Amino acid sequence: MQQRPTLTEIDINRDLLRPTLATPMWFYGLMMFLFLIVAGALGAFAWAINHGTGVYGLNRPVMWGFLLVNFVFWVGISHAGVMLSAILRLANAEWRRPATRAAEVLTVFALGTAALHPLFHLGRPWRIYWSMPPGYDFGRGIWPDIRSPFVWDPTAISTYLTSTALFVGLLLIPDIAVLRDRSSGMMQRVYSMMSLGWRGNTRQWKLQIIAGFLLSALILPVFVSVHSIVSWDFAVQIAVEGWNATIFAPYFVIGAVHSGVAGVITVLALLRWLFKWENYIRDDHFDALARLLIVVAVGWFYFFVIEFMMGFYPNEEPELSLRNLQLTEWPFNAAFIVFALTAFFIPVPLWLFRKVRRNVALMFWTTVMVNIGMWLERFLIIVPSLMRKQVLTFNWGSYNPSPIELILVGGSFAMVFLGVLTFVKFFPIIPLADAKEGAIMATEIRVGKVMVPAAYREE
Amino acid sequence: MAGRSIMGLFKEVDEAVEAADKLIENGMDDFEVLTGSPYPEGAFGEKVANHRLYVWPLVGAALGFSIAILVTAGTQLAYPVVTGGKPILALPPMFIIAYEGTMLGAILSTIIGVIFESRLPRAKMGLYDPRITEGYIGLVVVAPDGEEERVDALFKAANAADVKLEPLSA
Repeated sequence: MQQRPTLTEIDINRDLLRPTLATPMWFYGLMMFLFLIVAGALGAFAWAINHGTGVYGLNRPVMWGFLLVNFVFWVGISHAGVMLSAILRLANAEWRRPATRAAEVLTVFALGTAALHPLFHLGRPWRIYWSMPPGYDFGRGIWPDIRSPFVWDPTAISTYLTSTALFVGLLLIPDIAVLRDRSSGMMQRVYSMMSLGWRGNTRQWKLQIIAGFLLSALILPVFVSVHSIVSWDFAVQIAVEGWNATIFAPYFVIGAVHSGVAGVITVLALLRWLFKWENYIRDDHFDALARLLIVVAVGWFYFFVIEFMMGFYPNEEPELSLRNLQLTEWPFNAAFIVFALTAFFIPVPLWLFRKVRRNVALMFWTTVMVNIGMWLERFLIIVPSLMRKQVLTFNWGSYNPSPIELILVGGSFAMVFLGVLTFVKFFPIIPLADAKEGAIMATEIRVGKVMVPAAYREE
Repeated sequence: MAGRSIMGLFKEVDEAVEAADKLIENGMDDFEVLTGSPYPEGAFGEKVANHRLYVWPLVGAALGFSIAILVTAGTQLAYPVVTGGKPILALPPMFIIAYEGTMLGAILSTIIGVIFESRLPRAKMGLYDPRITEGYIGLVVVAPDGEEERVDALFKAANAADVKLEPLSA
């Protein structure tokens, strides 16, 4: 039977606003640590701008390396965030309450970080506007080719980032009003302005609830389109072995869901440990998310097998040389084994056990494992394919990431965590209104000799 | 004169419902319920809030689609390079960008619509109490001229924790 503590609105305010209104000292230390890593990464980026893209380990024919791998990885993480939130809202899943905003916030910062990677990759990042429809440089005779996926990509990502950030902001208004009523001085004035004069009348609550459903329904198709378009960055290139596959769009979308849901579980476990939110992020939330993850992981694995198998099917030499590189040559063979084990073969069988699903530490480590595997999956798709891009063997090449690329990749992880922590410093990451509504709706009923929560899914 | 606003603050839902029933009995059915979390609509017997939010995404989607088509078609017509003997206007990629434009238009207009329909932003808070975000329930009603004391008594009879009267404007 599930244990649900009885929480009043005062309890909920006190517990969930603790990081914002009574920030512990270790929190600032952690933020400073992450900030230093981010500053290091920005320094590396400045170095790259000053010295040119030659500081990266890129060379013909491998012109996309760790930075593009990391770009796809963070886009993937960002996608499942809102997918999870939207699906749970639309399904009216009771256990969505603590997970939705964490998922949405992870989306915003992961996508923002992903969007920086093409900038890192450009020799002249200030000309990024050339790829955006309003900013074409007609004066210099730049041909705006809307047939290029590099135009679709910024269009889709900017749509998704704008939509998600505004979605989070809109649903945050009632919680900002709580902060307005609990803070003082300058922060009170800031929260007053941001809460737009929210009073909490019936009309406002009704529209908030409708907005949650309506925007979820509108953002879901955007989520599907964005990772499809990211996959087309690869799939529409007929010259690269392993990329020109029709299955890429759904394969990338479900891969994104796999890594993203895992990312949300990792963040929820961290939040529970850091802020002692056992009453809000409960074992049964991890249990439910892990069940969802089993379904997603199996679906993703099916697409992976199909994609891989269909590569062998035509028995063509270029494709076979790529698969030979991925499976038998160092270090790709090792990367492949680690990828297969961490993305699927270790975590999924473990999640079949109820004890594992309800063990926060195990869920944390297995989901971290999934994302190590999914990062390697993107690496194995991008780099070996480019190494075997040319048919003739004397045109084959290799790739070694430079220290600058490694710093930027490491910095991107710090950037996302710093972003999430900064959010937690100023806003509640578990929606107060949702938690309060859950507390109001949770009525206990007697079944035989036990009391069970009526508004809750029974196991 | 329309009268002054008066707010009763209640700790329990049942007390607020009792006060709301009395307001309705006394012909003051146009009251506002302020809560710190969403309650099922009609829980206090308040009037159902009408809105036209569903129109907003449709208008936004049409606008977004039109702008996206204009931008993509305009871009290609402004620099008409024929590649591979294909038509100048490439419809499949136009569809991709138009799709994103349509969704962006729908989402942006929905967000604007929610804010507009919620009657936000409000420059003045009006009658309000921070205890509402702690779980108290506020009932705000415009008392007809000379009826303030009767509403005050009615709220207190329903065990209001506090009653606030809108200050007289200068």
